[in-house]
Amino acid sequence: MSTLVSGRTGEWEIVIGMEVHAQVVSNSKLFSGSSAIFGASPNNHVSLVDAAMPGMLPVINAQCVKQAVLTGLGLNAKINKFSVFDRKNYFYADLPQGYQISQFKHPIVGEGEVQIELSDGSTHKVGIERLHLEQDAGKSLHDQHPSKSYIDLNRSGVALMEIVSKPEMHSADQAAAYIKKLRSILRYLGTCDGNMEEGSLRADVNVSVRRPGEALGTRTETKNLNSVKFIMQTIEFEVQRQIELIENGGEVVQETRLFDTTTGMTRTMRGKEDAHDYRYFPDPDLLPLTFDDAFIDELKIGMPELPDEIKFRMVNEYGLSSYDANVLTEERETAAFYELASEGRDRKITANWMSVELFGALNKAGIELAQSPVGPNQLGGLIDLISDGSISGKIAKEVFSEMFETGKDAKLIVDEKGLKQVSDESAISAMIDDVLATNSDKVNEYRGGKEKLFGFFVGQVMKASKGQANPGMVNKLLKQKLDF
Amino acid sequence: MSELLKMTATQARKSLLKREISSVELLNAYQTAMEKTEALNNYVTPTLEVAKEMAIEADKTYAKGNAGLLAGLPIGVKDLFCTKDIETTACSAMLKGFFPPYESTVTSNVWKSGGVMLGKLNCDEFAMGSSNETSIFGPAINPWSKIDGSDLSPGGSSGGSASSVAAGAALMSLGTDTGGSIRQPAAFCGVVGLKPTYGRCSRWGIVAFASSLDQAGPFTRTVEDSALIFSAMAGHDQKDSTSASLETPNFSEAVHSGIEGLRIGIPAEYYLDGMDTDILNLWRKGRAWLEQAGAKVVDISLPHTKYALPCYYIIAPAEASSNLARYDGVKYGKRMEKESLDAMYEATRADGFGEEVQRRILIGTYALSAGYYDAYYLKAQQVRRLIKEDFDKAFNDVDVILTPTTPTAAFPIGAEISDPITMYLNDVFTVPANLAGLPGISVPAGLSKQGLPLGLQLLAASFREDRIFSAASAIEKQAEFSLAPVRAAGDLQ
Repeated sequence: MSTLVSGRTGEWEIVIGMEVHAQVVSNSKLFSGSSAIFGASPNNHVSLVDAAMPGMLPVINAQCVKQAVLTGLGLNAKINKFSVFDRKNYFYADLPQGYQISQFKHPIVGEGEVQIELSDGSTHKVGIERLHLEQDAGKSLHDQHPSKSYIDLNRSGVALMEIVSKPEMHSADQAAAYIKKLRSILRYLGTCDGNMEEGSLRADVNVSVRRPGEALGTRTETKNLNSVKFIMQTIEFEVQRQIELIENGGEVVQETRLFDTTTGMTRTMRGKEDAHDYRYFPDPDLLPLTFDDAFIDELKIGMPELPDEIKFRMVNEYGLSSYDANVLTEERETAAFYELASEGRDRKITANWMSVELFGALNKAGIELAQSPVGPNQLGGLIDLISDGSISGKIAKEVFSEMFETGKDAKLIVDEKGLKQVSDESAISAMIDDVLATNSDKVNEYRGGKEKLFGFFVGQVMKASKGQANPGMVNKLLKQKLDF
Repeated sequence: MSELLKMTATQARKSLLKREISSVELLNAYQTAMEKTEALNNYVTPTLEVAKEMAIEADKTYAKGNAGLLAGLPIGVKDLFCTKDIETTACSAMLKGFFPPYESTVTSNVWKSGGVMLGKLNCDEFAMGSSNETSIFGPAINPWSKIDGSDLSPGGSSGGSASSVAAGAALMSLGTDTGGSIRQPAAFCGVVGLKPTYGRCSRWGIVAFASSLDQAGPFTRTVEDSALIFSAMAGHDQKDSTSASLETPNFSEAVHSGIEGLRIGIPAEYYLDGMDTDILNLWRKGRAWLEQAGAKVVDISLPHTKYALPCYYIIAPAEASSNLARYDGVKYGKRMEKESLDAMYEATRADGFGEEVQRRILIGTYALSAGYYDAYYLKAQQVRRLIKEDFDKAFNDVDVILTPTTPTAAFPIGAEISDPITMYLNDVFTVPANLAGLPGISVPAGLSKQGLPLGLQLLAASFREDRIFSAASAIEKQAEFSLAPVRAAGDLQ
């Protein structure tokens, strides 16, 4: 699939890099013990250290370090056993210290990669440059008062992982696939909840264009995008803007831009002249971060299976389609549910029941899988009844609806309602004889060539059996009797 | 009254234990002393009501028999230590009216040991200075005077801490030392000042100046007193990541252990051309005293000494420029309301910070800025490592290093303040120890021709304060320095 864009004067290649800020799942902040939980009323999760009171000092939160290493492992990345925290100095009202503690020259995680899958089934590797730990800033609210800005420091000091990709994406689709994949990995690992609306996952997108084969063009950076849609819109807008600019004889200016969600356009935030000089230097209040192989190995042991591994098994061992595998591995809980439900059963049938019936019911009821009244074992139980011929697929759907409404087991419902499929040859044979006898004129028409009536007879037999006749057997016996 | 003031902390403690005197009595004597010496402008916030409560509590513990190490001893605190609900200004307009809702670890340790807080002491603004002249409260004054009677600087930045002890207006006091801010004022005022090994005392709750250099330490009249209060101050603190995870030994033993066989080094590079002859002679005397006491004295070399001062005056301001960024008018302290955030920053910081503080912030920002970081800050840190290596090598051959503390005796107030470089040169003998993180002490050892105190400095390897105390004690014994400044509160002789 070509990712080139046609301009007025020829073709253009898009080059995209992304810096993703992911809030670390942890109880407390990166360098202080106050709560990192989202949603508290303003300035309630602020310790003396977070407020940068005189004489306060940072102390590293080991849990956050573990989460970063775990994420690095999930990105197949190099884990740096030695890393340094640096101060990134600038002034803003939601940055109490007047500097952010980050990592500049020696990040905790080095190069890695993410495999992405596109809608046409092709795969593409996006390299990771590095991952480092840093403090989040507080929040500024400018719209609460005509002449004042309000500052909420709850978020100040919460741990962020900044994940920097290599500039190896070449279309908005690839970028979307990348962020979705990254989010999935983070959620699987439990290191970030990936909630873009709440701001726990945000992206800065770097976009440039170039003639195929030429050197990299000047890039712009658009900051703080918090949805896949906005990321794609930003890329599409920037690509068009840059191509038009260059084709009309202009030059792309290296700058930071902001995306306007109402207009769908980006605009300049600050130019090179206003660019901050962050005066990075190693934070003298902290020692270099070091840990040994044993520390990393322990995390490796506790690592959950990641979506790619599970998908591979689903496709290659269970015979599921790539599409189904994707659906079933979207969330770690979904994959776990499926594994349990399909264990020792027909994998494909279970997959089908989950993605069609179960998800359909959940969507209709507006609830998540976690709240499903039908658990994995229960679904498995239903599938057992289909597999051993106790009920037909059609009846199973009825049973499922009942299961979803009442939370009862399949077997119980089948027994209570007497829905067990009839597979007794003589019983069915008798029913067929009845139907044929009652509809002898139609029998003659069928035998005279009106083959469509076969369906009618099947329907009548099913009606007579209240839907419980084994359809396969009905077909077989009916054909025998009619074609006789 | 003056009998009480004559006692050292060690003597006072013995007396308190024997119930010969009470903490309240002792406090009253110091209260009177503080009143008598008010003109020295040592105290910016006296806390005598709180002190009274603490003294009463201390007496209770003496009655019960569970008195802490410092119970009932009247102690002053440099206004750089955050003291809970007691105004802490760092002697700056920026923090005037700031009442910390928390107590620094070091002061907390002192109060837990039963110490009694006399009040907050004057210092250079944000600890930046060598004369206590940058304080918004005006300079603290040295209780020692020149023959012509002019007011002398007590040194800085812990000027008030040194002066109060010298004047008998505090039995002991707390200061901080980043480039010599305990040792230099101790020398100027004729008292004992200790800068512990970096990491011995927690920095939590001390207004930060230069994070990799700052260290809290005590001012006392005697070496023995220094060991006493230091034992209570020091100790690992989880809240300070640079705090050493070491047990604090009992240093009192070291004070009396003698120095037979101790190896003393005299660094050639501390000999400066045109050095004050009083100081040179005292240094020689010090060497002789130590030999007499049984030490082995040898000449050593610390080749990178001359780079220490420029190195310090890049690193310290650089770290300070970042540490002082939090004083922005947003969260606490001074705020100048303006129409925009930047305007507020500019007005608040221009108004809140004095000239020397602004100067150092500018120097530090420059040294860290793009294009200059490598040439200045990075280079200075690399030189710093060389300076430390000089000491590491030297301490293979010697146990203690002997140098003068300062290049001059106390100078008049106003004499150097207009020339920053001259002021910075005061630190030439003291900054190397901060750069290398080593412990150092200044012991009053003699008088200049003008009758002003001169100090000798002893340095040791990391965490070897025991050797410092032993050697300092030997000097103290031989020097027989009589602490009798003209403007003392009582007859301290």
